[in-house]
Amino acid sequence: MSSVRVLVGTRKGAFILNSDGKRKDWTVSGPFFAGWEIYHMKGSPVDPNRLYASQSSSWSGQVVQRSDDGGVTWNPVNNKFAYAGVPGTHQWYDGTPHPWEFKRVWHFEPSLTDADTVYAGVEDAALFKSTDGGTTWDELKGLREHGTGPHWQPGAGGMCLHTVILDPSNADRIFIAISAAGAFRTDDGGKTWKPINKGLVSQYIPDPTAEVGHCVHHVAMHKSRPDVLFMQKHWDVMRSDNAGDSWHEVSGNLPTDFGFVIDVHAHEPETVFVVPIKSDSEHFVPDGKLRVFRSKSGGNEWEALEKGLPQKDCYVNVLRDAMAVDSLDKCGVYFGTSGGQVYASADAGDSWTPIVRDLPGVLSIEAQTLA
Amino acid sequence: MTAGDRGAGVPAIRVALPFHLRTLARVEVAEVTLEVAAPVTVRRILDALEKRYPMLAGTIREHGTGKRRAFMRIFACEEDWSHQSLDAALPEAVAAGREPLLILGAIAGGS
Repeated sequence: MSSVRVLVGTRKGAFILNSDGKRKDWTVSGPFFAGWEIYHMKGSPVDPNRLYASQSSSWSGQVVQRSDDGGVTWNPVNNKFAYAGVPGTHQWYDGTPHPWEFKRVWHFEPSLTDADTVYAGVEDAALFKSTDGGTTWDELKGLREHGTGPHWQPGAGGMCLHTVILDPSNADRIFIAISAAGAFRTDDGGKTWKPINKGLVSQYIPDPTAEVGHCVHHVAMHKSRPDVLFMQKHWDVMRSDNAGDSWHEVSGNLPTDFGFVIDVHAHEPETVFVVPIKSDSEHFVPDGKLRVFRSKSGGNEWEALEKGLPQKDCYVNVLRDAMAVDSLDKCGVYFGTSGGQVYASADAGDSWTPIVRDLPGVLSIEAQTLA
Repeated sequence: MTAGDRGAGVPAIRVALPFHLRTLARVEVAEVTLEVAAPVTVRRILDALEKRYPMLAGTIREHGTGKRRAFMRIFACEEDWSHQSLDAALPEAVAAGREPLLILGAIAGGS
C-alpha cells in the first residue's frame, strides 16, 4: 500500500510526518537538528530515501545534511558554497553596491534522473549544483553573471534564490526565481540564462514593468505541462502558457492577491492552490480566517476552502516553500504555518485536518509519495 | 616542529565547543583534546579541530576568507581572544593544556 512522508522544515529543527495512503493517522518524528533553522528538505524522485536538508544558524552558518535511509539517520556533507570567480556586487536595500555574500541554502531540488545530482538555490542569489551527493558544490555562474546581477536587490527576507523547477520533458531547461529579482530560465543546462518577467507589473519598483526587480515569491508547474507556470508574486497571482516568455494575471476573485505559496494539483494541471495573505504590511491571513483558495480553471475563478481550518482569531502566515502535494488519488495537499501547524487534506482541499499543531514556525513542506 | 615532534609528553590542547557544534560533531564530552604544533595559536587549533571534525569546517570561521564568524567568540584564560590575530600565540596555560580554549556562540538574542 502506498504511504506518504511529509518533510517539515521549521525555525528550530526538522520533523518527518508519516502516514499510510489513507492519510488519516500520522506519526511525527523529530526534531532533527534541534535548535537550527531548517529552510528546506527534499527527497530524490529517483531514490526517495535520499534526502537533503538545509541546516543553518546565525552563529554557525550553513550545514548540509544528507540521509540515505529516508531520514532515520543523517550525515553532514560539504557546506562550502564558493561563488565562481570574483562575485562582484548587487544592490543593497538603499541602492548602493553590496558584495555578494553567501548566507544560506533556501531550497534543494534533487535531479529527476540521478540521486547524486542536486541543485541548491542560495542567498545571496545563486544556483549551485552537486553531482556527487553533496560532497562538492559548483556554482552555475551563468545565472549570476548573465548581465542583470548588479541590479538585483534583496527582498525583505534577503536576496534569496528560493525556487528551482526542473523541466521533466527537457533536461536542459530549468526555471528559477529570486526575491527580489524575478524569474529566470535556462535552456542549455544552466550555462546561459534569461529573465522571464514580461507581463509582471510591480508598482513598488521604479519601473513597474522592468526586466528584473520583481519580487517573485514562488512558482509552480505541473509535470505534464511544463510550459504552463503559475506564480505567486509579492502582489498578483500570474500565469504563463509559454514557459515564462510572457505572463498574465489570474488573481480574479481572490480576497487579496498577496501571498507566498502556490502549488498545482498532482493530477489536474488546471487546479491551483494559493493561500492569500492580507498584505505586505500585515503578514497574516485576512479576517482571522485561514483559507486555502483553489481554482479549477487555471486561475481567475477561485473558491475558498475552509472546512477544518480555523475561521476565527487566526493570524498565521504560510511561507513560500510551505505547501506541497502528494500524488495519491485523491491528491493530498499539505501546508505549514508560521504558528507551527501542519494541515493536510486527503481530498484535494475539500477538507483539512491538522497533522500536528505546535511545531516551531514552519519554513518548508515537501511531500513524498512512497510505493 | 610538528605535532608529532612534540612527543608523547606534550600536553594535549583542550577545546570547549558550544552545544550545537558538539552535537554536529557528535562529541559527547564537554571538551575535545587535540595535538597542535607549537606555537599554539587559534588558527592552528582550528586547523586541527577541522581536520579531526570535518563537519565543523565553515561553522566557526568562514570558508574562503577564514574569518571568524561574527557570532562565534573565542576565550582563553578568561580573556576575549575574538579580536586577536588568529596567529597570535595563546597563553602558556592553554598551550600546556591547563586551561581550555573556549569557543562560544555569542549571546546575540535571536528568536
